[in-house]
Amino acid sequence: MDIFGSFALLLALVAAVYAFVAGIAGIITRRPLLIKSARNAGMAVCVLVALAVATLEYFLQTDNFSLAYVAAHSNTALPWYYKLAALWSGQEGSLLWWTFLLSIYVFFALFLNRKRHPELMPYVGVILAGVQIFFLTLNNFIESPFRILGAADGTGVMHMARIAEGSGLNPLLQYPEMVIHPPMLYSGYTGFTIPFAFALAALLGRYPGEKWIHITRRWTMVAWTFQTIGILLGAHWAYAVLGWGGYWSWDPVENASLLPWITATAFLHSVMMQEKRGMMKVWNVWLVFSTFMLCILGTMLTRTGLVSSVHAFAESNIGGWFYSFLGIILAVCIVAWYKNRDYLRSDNQLDSLVSRESSFLFNNLILLAACFAVLWGTLFPIFSEWITGNKISVGAPFFDKVNVPIALFLIFLTGVGPLLAWRKTSLDGLRRNFAWPAAVGVGSGIAAYIFGFRNFYALICLILSVFVTLTIFSEFYRGARVISARDHTDIFTSARELTMRNTRRYGGYIVHFGMIVIFIGIMGSAFNKDVERQMHVGDTMAIGPYSLLVQNYDEDTNANYDAQRATMEVFRDGKSVMMLYPERRTYSASQVTETIVAVESSPLRDLYVVYSGISPDTNQPVIHAYLNPLVKWIWFGGVIVVLGTGLAMLPNRRTGIVLRPLETRISEPISPEGAVAPAMAPITHRTSLNE
Amino acid sequence: MNARKKFVIGSFVIIATLVVLAYVGYTQSKTYYHTISEVSAMHGAILQQRMRVSGNVKDGSIQHVDGHIQFMLEEEGRTMPVVYTGTDPLPDTFKDGAQALVEGHLASNGHFQAEQIQAKCASKYQATPPGVTPAPSQTMANPAPVGSGS
Repeated sequence: MDIFGSFALLLALVAAVYAFVAGIAGIITRRPLLIKSARNAGMAVCVLVALAVATLEYFLQTDNFSLAYVAAHSNTALPWYYKLAALWSGQEGSLLWWTFLLSIYVFFALFLNRKRHPELMPYVGVILAGVQIFFLTLNNFIESPFRILGAADGTGVMHMARIAEGSGLNPLLQYPEMVIHPPMLYSGYTGFTIPFAFALAALLGRYPGEKWIHITRRWTMVAWTFQTIGILLGAHWAYAVLGWGGYWSWDPVENASLLPWITATAFLHSVMMQEKRGMMKVWNVWLVFSTFMLCILGTMLTRTGLVSSVHAFAESNIGGWFYSFLGIILAVCIVAWYKNRDYLRSDNQLDSLVSRESSFLFNNLILLAACFAVLWGTLFPIFSEWITGNKISVGAPFFDKVNVPIALFLIFLTGVGPLLAWRKTSLDGLRRNFAWPAAVGVGSGIAAYIFGFRNFYALICLILSVFVTLTIFSEFYRGARVISARDHTDIFTSARELTMRNTRRYGGYIVHFGMIVIFIGIMGSAFNKDVERQMHVGDTMAIGPYSLLVQNYDEDTNANYDAQRATMEVFRDGKSVMMLYPERRTYSASQVTETIVAVESSPLRDLYVVYSGISPDTNQPVIHAYLNPLVKWIWFGGVIVVLGTGLAMLPNRRTGIVLRPLETRISEPISPEGAVAPAMAPITHRTSLNE
Repeated sequence: MNARKKFVIGSFVIIATLVVLAYVGYTQSKTYYHTISEVSAMHGAILQQRMRVSGNVKDGSIQHVDGHIQFMLEEEGRTMPVVYTGTDPLPDTFKDGAQALVEGHLASNGHFQAEQIQAKCASKYQATPPGVTPAPSQTMANPAPVGSGS
């Protein structure tokens, strides 16, 4: 059976190589049959990799411990869903899983466009096949998941050595979210390959028009959604399982997942500059390129132990492969851009500092600064070792110092940007749109200050959040009022109608609102409290409005783990409100210790109690309690962001009536395809021809 | 002044602010990685650095003295005395022979004052049956982050 899996994997590589070679031949000879067969080979890769994945999963489910991977990552006691998750919990399996998700994307990219873009698709196919060749090479020859445990007998003949029980899945990964988090995050990482392929293909093939930028944007949104879900699930897992009271520690692997998310976010904004105004073409192409390269870098950081991290997989020797691959991609991108740079010439220039364009420029500048700071901080141990010989790492204060002001500025732009007119905004317009939201925002800031809210950044965050939320809702309200006046529907029906007619715009607003909710949740961390103490039975500990009473300690031993558990009663204002049972388990098979955090979560605050262990000096249990305000807002905001993105991907509902009042207020150049043709845009545009 | 120039100036101000903030954050949180032999050769102002040192916990060296835990960290034949001054209980993986990463600074008496200790047990998945090719390289996925949020 293992032969079946590894053979499927080998055939997949062959198919990818064929798709690559035949694709290039097809582009040169322009023979339709060759192009078609290259495309079919590209789609076949998906089927073959799926067979390999199914084989490995079959081995995991049937406890076939003759396979090294199964023996190392599973055991008979695991429930089926963790056997499923075991597929991507180790180095080889997770690389296979990576290849598999990529091949699904490739399949759909090729299949959905099989009748479209005949000039563009052959290039796309070749680029995608090239990426697949790299990962399939790793799967086949470097990190094969189908290695069997073998032993030679006296005559030198190898026999399969089946062991009775596997080592089991790392207990920290035995958590429901670990079944969904990796597929989501990988779907994000791999998904960014598709926009990369389209952008590079358009550049290499000098594909006329702006069609490719729409395709690229749509695929970026898909990958972006998965990446967002993956990052948030990862943060939630860290919060719920690792037991240190936080959800984000600026760990290299967390940072790695954030980097492509930031550049993709920047792209999703600046792409509008290209669609509407024909600006920032070079910039956009490089954003797509960097997003993909950051994905590969992120994978490399996770796989090779380049930077020490809580999450990193085994240190292994595939670093060289990744370096080479990154080098090749960078070289291809630079050459493609350099040879075709005239193709990316800008149609327009910046007209005014107070305009939609400049808000996008600042948005991109700030996002890129954040990306650069995070990248620099993550790789700093490597850089500093190269340059000074000393390995120096930077910690959370570095990342916070830079990123908190950036986040605040982004919130500000979120409120202002969408309401600024393209090209130039009048002061009158500014006043009309922003006067009362700004006044209410500042008012709530003053009120909060009076009530003893003294953290500077948190105050700014509050003011901006109120301001932005109001501008978003007033946008919905104003649009809905127009529809409601005409159609005589109530305001909520009208708001839904409004949203469905321009899903991209109003879905975007909902995403913005979700981000505000997330930022409010993050702002809560400025008010975190924690208390750690040795506690006897009968001791109480006060934290915030709560007091915790230890009622009992007990121990539990079973086949899987030894547990120490505390039973704690929580009082508020002298009344008993709930019981919490923080626990600490040591798994017998792996000797890994896991904290089972007891969390009582409410929209206002989380009470988070950890059984930290036994103090070695006094042999007394130590309890660590945290009071984390507003954490729930982060998860809730995440749901809003995902819903908003989903909405923005829906097609617009067709309508016979154009929303005249809206269109004139934002004074967009009326050009359905964006400002592709300068002739269609207002004449005052300076075109780049005289540059 | 045209819009482009204003934008460039605005960007410059923003970037300069961020660079200053980054530098402040860097000086507050930079941590050096050193080996024990490097630490023992240090002198002067460099001793004030915040640093991380890794090594193995010397067998039988863990002692409880005056409410503190002391042990010897050894690497390539050199040893360094460590006093744990942190508040979190040590991870269960902290045992004789464990690999440990200590973070803190050097005290004037030559003891290393560790505020954080991460430990991983040296041999987790090495119990493969005799004659069987070793299992693929394995992770000790989580060196129990003690107080890693701080």
